[in-house]
Amino acid sequence: MAGLVPAIHVFPAKSHEGVEARHKAGHDAGARSPRIHRDSFVPIDVYLNVAIGGVLTGLVYGLMALGLSVIFGVVRVVNFAHGEMMTMAMYAVITVFAALHLDPLVLLVPVALAMFAFGYLVQASIINPFITRPEHSQFLLLVAMATIIVNVLLIVFGPDAQNVQVSYAFDSYQIGKIIVDATKLYAGIAAIVVAGGLFAFFQYTSLGTAIRACADNYTGALVVGLDVKHLYALTFGLGTACVGAAGTILLLIFDVTPSAGPAYTLLAFVIVITGGLGSMPGALVGGVLIGLTEAMAGLLFTPSAKSMFSFAILVLVLLLRPQGIMGRRAA
Amino acid sequence: MKRNPYSTGGISRRTFSAGLGAAGLLAGTTPFNIVRAQGAPLKVGVLLPRSGYQAGIGQDCQRGVDVAGGLLKDLGYPALQVVNADTESSVDVARSRAEKLIGEGAQLLIGAFDSGQSSAIAQVAEQKGIPYVINIAAAPPITEQGYKFVFRNFPTAGMILSDAFANQKEVFAAAGASPKSVVFLVENDTFGVAMQKGISVVMPKFDMPYKVLDTISYDPTARDLSVEVAKAKATGAEALLVVSRLNDAILLTRELVKQRWSPQAILSMGPGWYEDQYLKTLGKLADGPLSFVPWYDPNKPLSKKLEEAIAKAHPGLNMNTNHVYTFEALLVAADAYKRAGSTDPKALADAVRTTNITNNVSPGPGIMFNAKGQNDKLKDSAIQNRGGKLVTVAPKQAANAKVEWPMKPYDKRA
Repeated sequence: MAGLVPAIHVFPAKSHEGVEARHKAGHDAGARSPRIHRDSFVPIDVYLNVAIGGVLTGLVYGLMALGLSVIFGVVRVVNFAHGEMMTMAMYAVITVFAALHLDPLVLLVPVALAMFAFGYLVQASIINPFITRPEHSQFLLLVAMATIIVNVLLIVFGPDAQNVQVSYAFDSYQIGKIIVDATKLYAGIAAIVVAGGLFAFFQYTSLGTAIRACADNYTGALVVGLDVKHLYALTFGLGTACVGAAGTILLLIFDVTPSAGPAYTLLAFVIVITGGLGSMPGALVGGVLIGLTEAMAGLLFTPSAKSMFSFAILVLVLLLRPQGIMGRRAA
Repeated sequence: MKRNPYSTGGISRRTFSAGLGAAGLLAGTTPFNIVRAQGAPLKVGVLLPRSGYQAGIGQDCQRGVDVAGGLLKDLGYPALQVVNADTESSVDVARSRAEKLIGEGAQLLIGAFDSGQSSAIAQVAEQKGIPYVINIAAAPPITEQGYKFVFRNFPTAGMILSDAFANQKEVFAAAGASPKSVVFLVENDTFGVAMQKGISVVMPKFDMPYKVLDTISYDPTARDLSVEVAKAKATGAEALLVVSRLNDAILLTRELVKQRWSPQAILSMGPGWYEDQYLKTLGKLADGPLSFVPWYDPNKPLSKKLEEAIAKAHPGLNMNTNHVYTFEALLVAADAYKRAGSTDPKALADAVRTTNITNNVSPGPGIMFNAKGQNDKLKDSAIQNRGGKLVTVAPKQAANAKVEWPMKPYDKRA
């Protein structure tokens, strides 16, 4: 069967040869050519600072994309309201922060749980009837949901950028000449912890194994008596919990506006397609790659063209390895 | 047959009604019209972007409209009937709303913050022969078209840039210091690109004491400006020259703090750095940046009155460009109406053309228009953020404080 096989691949047992098309001779020649028109020399520590920042931001991007990958991998529905759901979580954090002054990292678990419940209900009540319908119906449904979310947020919170002012918002750690943004560091660590928890859930719990079974063989799962609809709803809930956690963490780094949702959806797509649709490690690898690429492109070329380079990576991956860096080719 | 008890002698109800109608007709003749115009308020259509991406600015301009009524009355000007219209931040909508306002009887138009929208309204106003006073719009071509009904009490882009560099030199002279090098951070939208081009043309004429080490353009919708600041810091520049907007100004400041870089000065040639939201969001970290912008003369008596009115209506809000120039547009309208004594569009336009208001708010000798309808006597100011407030440090005639130089390092702000 042509096309992608949606599935979750947890810690693949063997490496994929040829995955790193970037290692091929001349592949990155363009990116490495020094087309920098600058009078001044950029010290090495600036590259390191920017690279560390890019990797840490990329980890959070990866966590955000992980939710999309999980949902597609199991439910086979592409969540076109993914970024919008994340902005929902971000506004939830802002609201609670304004009322109770609770740190976003403290709110990580409650917000993830609330988003899990939201995702479960959405899947069980709205998306499940669309599972067997044509893809364009699913697409329209989720785009409609995305539009509704954006407009409701706009009505409730207004168009201005909002954020949370934590006590460590302006902190940074200095090691020699390396300066690491404290919020990015905490965000990156939190992203690793959440992603690790999710990997462990799918790998080591019976529920995780059941969900993976649904993803690998839908008919087989039905035959052995698994409640597939419930497992789909659980998976969608996990995906939205994931994006809720990512939104909570991301709020430490970025402001949020209602209109930010579509941009995050697009970013999540770029990441999961680059990393491999349906692959959990791929989502994290894709996130780090895109975060790092944007940061380094901004430094080496021009910051206003950062996004161009992440899309260039996407095009290259689609040309050279359509299933994504860590994706599994269709049987 | 009994006589009608309500009959008034030889005058029947029909005759009375006919007489009343005739009296009405007489009242409609020209001499009575003039008397009525003097008594009735002038119908002013105020076009602002009240929704869309410029909604915040449009709503801020509206604050200048809201306080104008009382102030104009105190100054002895006739009443204005303000009719609000929303351009929806769109050029096409601005054009259609202007037509609609004129169709509904607006006798003078005001607006519309944005150059594109103002150009569209100017075309309609000129075509219909209705006076139009621009509150805020800097694109020079608007008053270069030979329009007879279009007037602008706001500096053109060229005036803004020239004054910005002149005020920078005045600030450097007052401080007894100047940066030897700057890095130019500019957002890459229409405004930023236009400013970048303008700066490259105007700056050489002023023989500035600094060298521009690098120009870094960035996406104004960017979520993260850490790379931009890292790149700017790496140039080793002593100061920042910036053209930005509110959100990116906040992001840039955060990154300056996080990356432990306190430049000698931040010289802003656009919005963002002096806006209330910037001051509130960043608190003490907002202090220091210098903005070179169209502003107001804090020493003028009317400035103090407008400041009081704004403070009363919106406690905690600093008066700004949006309030000042929108209020002054209404001041021009009221003054013209008072002198014209008529709502006749041509008479109003002639009166606007001969405006000479010296009791005003903006810096410079006052409000007066040249043959093109431009107030070319306006001056821009250099303002500095100080303790959540804004002080004017140049030009000297319109200053109320001495510049604080260099900017206090971010890590030394308790």
